[in-house]
Amino acid sequence: MGSRSSHAAVIPDVDSIRRETGFSQASLIRLHHRFRALDRNKKGYLSRIDLQQIGALAVNPLGDRIIESFFPNGSQQVDFPGFVRVLAHFRPVEDEDTDLDPKKPEPLNSRRNKLHYAFQLYDLDRDGKISRHEMLQVLRLMVGVQVTEEQLENIADRTVQEADEDGDGAVSFLEFTKSLEKMDVEQKMSIRILK
Amino acid sequence: MGLQLERDFLNEMTWMALVFHLSRKVTSLVPESCLLILLGLVLGGIVLAVAKKAEYQLEPGTFFLFLLPPIVLDSGYFMPSRLFFDNLGAILTYAVVGTLWNAFTTGAALWGLQQAGLVAPRVQAGLLDFLLFGSLISAVDPVAVLAVFEEVHVNETLFIIVFGESLLNDAVTVVLYKVCNSFVEMGSANVQATDYLKGVASLFVVSLGGAAVGLVFAFLLALTTRFTKRVRIIEPLLVFLLAYAAYLTAEMASLSAILAVTMCGLGCKKYVEANISHKSRTTVKYTMKTLASCAETVIFMLLGISAVDSSKWAWDSGLVLGTLIFILFFRALGVVLQTWVLNQFRLIPLDKIDQVVMSYGGLRGAVAFALVILLDRTKVPAKDYFVATTIVVVFFTVIVQGLTIKPLVKWLKVKRSEHHKPTLNQELHEHTFDHILAAVEDVVGHHGYHYWRDRWEQFDKKYLSQLLMRRSAYRIRDQIWDVYYRLNIRDAISFVDQGGHVLSSTGLTLPSMPSRNSVAETSVTNLLRESGSGACLDLQVIDTVRSGRDREDAVMHHLLCGGLYKPRRRYKASCSRHFISDDAQERQDKEVFQQNMKRRLESFKSTKHNICFTKSKPRPRKTGRRKDGVANAEATNGKPRDLGFQDTAAVILTVESEEEEEESDSSETEKEDDEGIIFVARATSEVLQEGKVSGSLEVCPSPRIIPPSPTCAEKELPWKSGQGDLAVYVSSETTKIVPVDMQTGWNQSMSSLESLASPPCNQAPTLTCLPPHPRGAEEPQAPLYPPSDPRPSFAFPPSLAKAGRSHSESSADLPQQQELQPLMGHKNHTHLSPGTANSHWCIQFNRGSRL
Repeated sequence: MGSRSSHAAVIPDVDSIRRETGFSQASLIRLHHRFRALDRNKKGYLSRIDLQQIGALAVNPLGDRIIESFFPNGSQQVDFPGFVRVLAHFRPVEDEDTDLDPKKPEPLNSRRNKLHYAFQLYDLDRDGKISRHEMLQVLRLMVGVQVTEEQLENIADRTVQEADEDGDGAVSFLEFTKSLEKMDVEQKMSIRILK
Repeated sequence: MGLQLERDFLNEMTWMALVFHLSRKVTSLVPESCLLILLGLVLGGIVLAVAKKAEYQLEPGTFFLFLLPPIVLDSGYFMPSRLFFDNLGAILTYAVVGTLWNAFTTGAALWGLQQAGLVAPRVQAGLLDFLLFGSLISAVDPVAVLAVFEEVHVNETLFIIVFGESLLNDAVTVVLYKVCNSFVEMGSANVQATDYLKGVASLFVVSLGGAAVGLVFAFLLALTTRFTKRVRIIEPLLVFLLAYAAYLTAEMASLSAILAVTMCGLGCKKYVEANISHKSRTTVKYTMKTLASCAETVIFMLLGISAVDSSKWAWDSGLVLGTLIFILFFRALGVVLQTWVLNQFRLIPLDKIDQVVMSYGGLRGAVAFALVILLDRTKVPAKDYFVATTIVVVFFTVIVQGLTIKPLVKWLKVKRSEHHKPTLNQELHEHTFDHILAAVEDVVGHHGYHYWRDRWEQFDKKYLSQLLMRRSAYRIRDQIWDVYYRLNIRDAISFVDQGGHVLSSTGLTLPSMPSRNSVAETSVTNLLRESGSGACLDLQVIDTVRSGRDREDAVMHHLLCGGLYKPRRRYKASCSRHFISDDAQERQDKEVFQQNMKRRLESFKSTKHNICFTKSKPRPRKTGRRKDGVANAEATNGKPRDLGFQDTAAVILTVESEEEEEESDSSETEKEDDEGIIFVARATSEVLQEGKVSGSLEVCPSPRIIPPSPTCAEKELPWKSGQGDLAVYVSSETTKIVPVDMQTGWNQSMSSLESLASPPCNQAPTLTCLPPHPRGAEEPQAPLYPPSDPRPSFAFPPSLAKAGRSHSESSADLPQQQELQPLMGHKNHTHLSPGTANSHWCIQFNRGSRL
């Protein structure tokens, strides 16, 4: 571990990041490596442009939104802790995560937080609800051109109705969670290498 | 052996299998495969007693050429592909490493047993012979696994791993078997190092070659079905022929034929399902299932019968017991070791219980038996002992393990497969998650599974689908859209299933909404869902499939066709594959009823929730009309000619008949060669409402209220009985909407229409047909109104709304849409102004409906 810890020393605040995100040392080192590779002119932070350089993200229908999620509250740059914090949502849930004492804050990779990450990709205006309009926008991104606009609207209507329980015409986070309660979110929102 | 005899015999066996199906009690405890084997034993015993020699055998040639392919094709074609590829790593590991491990350890251990003197010396076999035997006895058998696991319903991951392993290990088994066999034939002294290398190399050649052959044929098949638009009838044939060609080709080239067919089915399904017609899909599905279960039945029966033939086998207790213990032990050990390794890489580790089931689920079957029969007695002197041992192993695994695995699974509380209906939210969010994960992998810079899947999907979308799918099909293939469509259909059907109690607005909870699913989730929808997802894991039991993961696009169509045409009440959850379809007439009746109801629901929803159905809507009218036009035997063949009097037809709207349902999507409909329904509109006045509405009116209530004699109503309706009302429209040229499909009655009366030409009649239906109107009219007419009437009248708004919608969808700026909208908007007022003729009309209608 000697060489690794010397590596890890490069990362500022490595311990507090580890505590917050639950990443292993090795993962953090790998991510830091990646972070520096993405940071083209060694600024020490990433800008949107850095992330937009990733080729495959450009063809991802949700690419822009995911990039945006790295920059909370309209900030222009993300440092390494912020970068890792977003990625920590995708750490697989492990056994030791479940029996955390309640005093500690919920780990970033809990089911709730995973869902919340997805939720805020839909909720563009951050009002805590996915409106019909927001749903339509997502659908427009996700569904191919072969479905007409009117059909899309119908789908959006139906989707919102399906999840909407209090009848306000929008999907709140609670309703969002409920609509997915049968789904194995822990599995579907985890990436194995991010242990 | 007389072919005729054999055929009779097969008939008899199939009949026997049917008897088993009927006794549900027995089969709920004992897997069918066990019963079939036992029955085979009994039959074989009888034949042996009578004929003094064993007549029937499971011939390896028959088995590999005719019995195995349908089963493998069925399982490949209906393999849940996403699940399969999600677990591909584990499946491959178990299939390749696991099978090699089992073969070598079992063979070596048996040889050790012989060296230790526990096997009788009369079993003349060396190490190579035992390895050969190990290679044929080690492979988990797809037929047996399917037969047993389909009744157990373990969770999908577990199932797909065991089942996938049993399919893919064929390549390994074949190679091992052939290599060992050739070594044995060469004699162990002549085997050189290069031969071992060749053996290893041939493993890759056989497996990859087999897969490649399968994929090539899948490609060909998909490409061919793209061009069968004019020859729908050969589509199912093509599917079977090309898949079988893949099997034969691979077999000829000594490649893994099972792998070839599996890959062919797996690869072609998406495109084929999109290309072929709705009827062909149904045909393919049921033919495949039928063939597979026939083959399976025959295989197990023949296994039982073959076992009786004592001339072929020789018993050695040491060998038999040793083999049994070793295959169980090494299977378990292999599973544990491999799982330990795999779990280092798996997101969701396989736990201990999974491992137990996987070890215990390693069933051996007919493949092993056929292979052992194929051995050459001159080269393998211990063949008879091996045959006996194989029979015992097969019987033990299928009967004992097959019997006990269900209680075991219950006792261990293995996660069962749970079936939940897909909801739009789940579908959408699942796609979102996929995209998110792909993006995160990009950000992290790790090209993992999600990355490659994303890549593949893009490639598929860009090139493959374009190339292999018919353009019209390609356009409407979207998973989210499909789920939406399916949900709508399901809602509609469960609405129908509720029967009459839907009048109140509370009755219209959408059953697919997860939170309020209790009431509406009645039998049909359950059945529908289950049978519709026949896609999945189970080979045979078409309506007890459990899989939540079968949202692959093509499944929608199974659901659709399976659903819409299935008679509802005949279906019980306990029914099995043998109750596939009912009498066609009955089905038609139900269909009419269902579709009428569905139409109402759709349009009711579309008024209420602004949801509309583009695809399914026009059909019901046609079929419904056809049905209740029975008495008006005028038939529909006069239809197209109706165009004739439409001198200034403003709109011609062609709606495909049901068999082209996938093509009938909205405005971009590709005109097919089927008969179309032609709506012709010359929209000048609001009277155009009339024709349309009256048409839908008469379709809609008649089959419901008075199913036995729908035409009574028609006779009473003014435009029928009056014989002249229509003349107005024709001669004075006020109305030009002629929904031709509904107008069989119209045609009938066309000739004698000329007498009545009263303008009030024109107006009357316009008003009366507006939704709340009959209810409004109810008050003056109260005594005349039978209590059941509100419902039919309730249904009017839907039909109206829908009619409007259909037009608006099919051609964006229809004049009548503008006219329709205000009418719909004002429908609440219209009933306030009943004209004189209006009441006249109402009376007639009421009378009709009361009749």
